[in-house]
Amino acid sequence: MNPSPSPPRDPDLLEEALGLGRGGSPPWRLAFVEDCVETSGAFVLHHFLKRALSTEGDGTVIFLGLAQPFSHYDRVLRKMGCNLSVQRNKNKLHFIDLLNLEFLGADEKGENDIEIGFMDLYNRILRYIEAIRSKDYNGGWTTIIIDDLSHLEIAAHGSVKHVLDFLQYCGSLTSEMDCSLVILNHEDIHSSDEALQMLSHLDYISDVLIKAETLSTGIAADVHGQMTVIIKDAPGGLIKKLHSFQFKVKENGVEFFYPGSRF
Amino acid sequence: MATAADGRLQGARSASASSFSRARSSPSAVLPSPRNPGVKLGPNGATFVSSGIPDLDRILGGGFLLGSLVMVMEDADAPHHLLLLRNFMSQGVVHRQPVLFASPLRDPRAFLGTLPSPVSSSKEHRQRETTVDHNQQDQEKGLRIAWQYKKYFGDQQSSQIHNRDVKQEFSNDFDLRKTLERQHVQHIEIMSIQDIPHLTILRDRCSNFLSGLPRSDGGNLSAGRIAIQSLCAPQCGYAEMDWDLVAFIRFLRSIIRSSNVVAVITFPTSFLSPAFLKRWQHLADTLLSVRAIPDEDKDMAKLLTGYQDMLGLLHVHKVAQNNSQVPTVLEASTFSLKLQKRRYLVLERLNQAPVEASSGTSYSTSGTCSGPSKGSSLDF
Repeated sequence: MNPSPSPPRDPDLLEEALGLGRGGSPPWRLAFVEDCVETSGAFVLHHFLKRALSTEGDGTVIFLGLAQPFSHYDRVLRKMGCNLSVQRNKNKLHFIDLLNLEFLGADEKGENDIEIGFMDLYNRILRYIEAIRSKDYNGGWTTIIIDDLSHLEIAAHGSVKHVLDFLQYCGSLTSEMDCSLVILNHEDIHSSDEALQMLSHLDYISDVLIKAETLSTGIAADVHGQMTVIIKDAPGGLIKKLHSFQFKVKENGVEFFYPGSRF
Repeated sequence: MATAADGRLQGARSASASSFSRARSSPSAVLPSPRNPGVKLGPNGATFVSSGIPDLDRILGGGFLLGSLVMVMEDADAPHHLLLLRNFMSQGVVHRQPVLFASPLRDPRAFLGTLPSPVSSSKEHRQRETTVDHNQQDQEKGLRIAWQYKKYFGDQQSSQIHNRDVKQEFSNDFDLRKTLERQHVQHIEIMSIQDIPHLTILRDRCSNFLSGLPRSDGGNLSAGRIAIQSLCAPQCGYAEMDWDLVAFIRFLRSIIRSSNVVAVITFPTSFLSPAFLKRWQHLADTLLSVRAIPDEDKDMAKLLTGYQDMLGLLHVHKVAQNNSQVPTVLEASTFSLKLQKRRYLVLERLNQAPVEASSGTSYSTSGTCSGPSKGSSLDF
């Protein structure tokens, strides 16, 4: 199908940009992946998921699947060479199926319900982490992945306060419990005036921002979009490093390359 | 006698099946499920149903994905989205798939009277098909043979819903000037969402519809269709209910994900704030928009061929990607919506006008459908 010889293997620019070595812990705690309608950033989550599960160190993942059912992730990751069902049975992956998550019933509107719902969710995550750390814990790194934040907002019926509180709690987990948090968020939803508060808050608490955008010329067969990785020296701090490159998503992984370097 | 005939029928079927599997070698071709012509299997464990517009099926790489949510952004001034809805529902009727229709009209039943009827005989229609490559003609022939046999043996399945001369195909052409007869559309479940203050009722209706679907057993895939017209139109009375609406869409999306149903929602964009418009777009698996074109735009008429025949434009923003992370890259994302012979809806790529005023070629004749793997041939 592909007559041309495969190009020499590019260094993984995303890993480089994020300062990820072989295995071990990432040098950051809270990463936001921001995408838009034209370019989905879900592949970055798949990348993190695969990476966290495949390292030799006993990485574990807690995955909050709000956007897709487990079967979707299972099929996608299988094509990338990672069997989620097996990882789930080995307790390396804790998949929390939240596709049907709704804190409110269809008609009643109670602030309390949202709060209780978020507390339940947080406690579930906490229980998983404690379970991971209790039994023969050997310093493995835990990654919490949320796909995606906009669904959490819908489940909370638009209550920004509760969502931010929840993220605050999860953020505190990362410093107490040796784990990192990766959250997919749709940037274009929050870029209008009324929702800017959310975005600036998220911007503040994160220490890594990964933005996936389309090229201004639109999506192309060879370049699916461009990615900007912003590393801050501390949450809310100054920008330490900024990387920019282009990507092409494939079934078995993602190719990253510098603009113009492919041709 | 009967067994020999069955054998021949099988033979005819396998012949058609083999021609289909040959076609499968082309990137985005898909295999029709042998027992149910309304459902087609595709890559990544996907199952498709037809949108009712053969060209649109081809553009989307097979049709609408079962378990996906299709959203159509309406034109503020023109009812072009209704063309898509009508064909979508008619196709469901032809394949005897359960259909649920929710509409802000006071009497949705009246809308069912406007559903187009499938093109009857194979003689005069689909002349453009003659230019399609031979592979496809082979398939047609195979199907026709199987169909002939079915006629001789009085297949029980061709009940009164189907005109005897309508071929059982994955997608039909629909004649917009003829409407489906009343007894055919009476199985469509209808619901008016006008003046219903709570979305709970619509939710219940949708989940009841899903639970009422026949279970699919083994190879015999069944499918259902939900069509919701103008979900956030002002007459629904959903003002100040933005969060309820997105919650409903999320709910619908989550319940159809695990079922054999495709839902199409059309919505007017002007009633949503920019932030919520983006939310709606993110929730869609397949996102389309339709736009009318002004009647007398001299500049455009000079620029594009066949401008006079165009009804409007259809834009493909997003194509459903279940079970895959690779985005679909289309060769073109804007298509002109035309009526062929004032009857059939066709989608054509926009063509810049040459000097002479020849009519543009149909999408089907202009090459294969682009899929994600199509691009790899350009990979160098």
